[in-house]
Amino acid sequence: MTEKTVLNATHRALGARMVDFGGWDMPINYGSQIEEHHAVRRDAGMFDVSHMTVIDLHGARTKDFLRHLVANSVEKLKVHGKALYTCMLNEQGGVIDDLIVYFLGDEHYRLVVNAATRAKDLAWIEKQAAAFGVEVKERPEFAMIAVQGPNARAKVLGLLHEVDRPRIEKLGKFAAAAAQGPHGMPLFVARTGYTGEDGFEIVVPATHAVALWEALAAAGVVPAGLGARDTLRLEAGMNLYGQDMDETVSPWEANLGWTIALDEGRDFIGRAALEKQKADGVKRVMVGLVLDEKGVLRHGQKVLTANGEGEILSGSFAPTLEKAVAFARIPAGEPGTVRVDIRGRELPVRLVKYPFVRDGQPCEGI
Amino acid sequence: MSEIPGDLKFNKSHEWARVEDGGLVRVGISDHAQAQLGDLVYVELPEIGASVTAGNAAAVVESVKAASDIYSPVSGEVVEVNEALNDKPETINEDAWGDGWIYLVRMSDRAELDQLLDAGAYEELVENEDH
Repeated sequence: MTEKTVLNATHRALGARMVDFGGWDMPINYGSQIEEHHAVRRDAGMFDVSHMTVIDLHGARTKDFLRHLVANSVEKLKVHGKALYTCMLNEQGGVIDDLIVYFLGDEHYRLVVNAATRAKDLAWIEKQAAAFGVEVKERPEFAMIAVQGPNARAKVLGLLHEVDRPRIEKLGKFAAAAAQGPHGMPLFVARTGYTGEDGFEIVVPATHAVALWEALAAAGVVPAGLGARDTLRLEAGMNLYGQDMDETVSPWEANLGWTIALDEGRDFIGRAALEKQKADGVKRVMVGLVLDEKGVLRHGQKVLTANGEGEILSGSFAPTLEKAVAFARIPAGEPGTVRVDIRGRELPVRLVKYPFVRDGQPCEGI
Repeated sequence: MSEIPGDLKFNKSHEWARVEDGGLVRVGISDHAQAQLGDLVYVELPEIGASVTAGNAAAVVESVKAASDIYSPVSGEVVEVNEALNDKPETINEDAWGDGWIYLVRMSDRAELDQLLDAGAYEELVENEDH
């Protein structure tokens, strides 16, 4: 039985093509994935991300618990509303999930985790939380709408209660705050996203989600499906859990070293394994690839390097670049000339630093 | 979705065949197929002179989300390909029945046409798929 978000009927009424995504019946596009992609890069688009799981943590030792649970350090969160991107690891240093932690108070933090990993995440978090006396509370009564693009913030601000506007307008990147939306609906507005564009991710009570969606549409925000979300985040150089990393991959091997905080005296789950892997030398690295010839890089294609074979993780035609780009995991070391096997043909690809696109424009060298 | 032209024959795998003069057959994919695939970004055309076999892969269309083989409705020799698709693969999305044709084949066995679905049977197939 697939689950439905509160916006399901709205998507269907818009003529969305629906697919099963991690057990959820979600819109892949509303007509043209490429047009939706461009709408986000050039103006403003919105995604129903209500399938994602919101978990609130409460208790006097919540901070201690998070210092133990995740690889990045919640000590970095000094100001209420501030957010942190982090991995949650197993003892072997493999990634159980990637998530965002919001600091909402000394005894209250909020997590937003992936939909497809919801059950195992909750089980793992609850198991670890017991020793800290932390209450783990899923919030299924919330929906979530991501509004992204160069004009996204302005369009959202116009819908907020005027007393909230200046404060939300000043909200820094990777920070969140409460605000009143249309008809006084209570919103949790975060300046975060998964597209490489500015914008907000808005947590809203499910009972108000349809009204918020309609108000955004009336303000000129274009509905965009998970297809566009995928090409946008790939261009922006952001990992997708399950495709770019999983429990057999460490953050070192997924280009997520920047999210690991090896701060003094903090014993987080997976730390020993990560330190050992680092000391022994990381054997696999994640790289960006660009295909200048015609064709499309896809998940699972074989990558040939001087040091042996690797594999494409996320790969797609990139609408902003009008060519194919990918993430690949390849053996560490100087890779020489890199080729990708596409249906038996070996095509040359360029190894590049990503993101591929930033602020709507191709990055240098892409 | 645009109406299915009555003069076409179909594979169950959604390719169409239009019989033209001189034993030539034009091949494309249905409007239903292009809608399922989504925005097309690349078409791997067969080579002129290549021989294709009914039911075997003759070309590849790639949408943003996936690559799909195009199975030839009839056997024969490829005499022309739609070069315009190299620069504008989205032509298939815009006009699957017409300008979005993929290749033209000189068929070697007319009897193969009898194995294909007519427009009515194809319409039924699509309707059943949608439910």
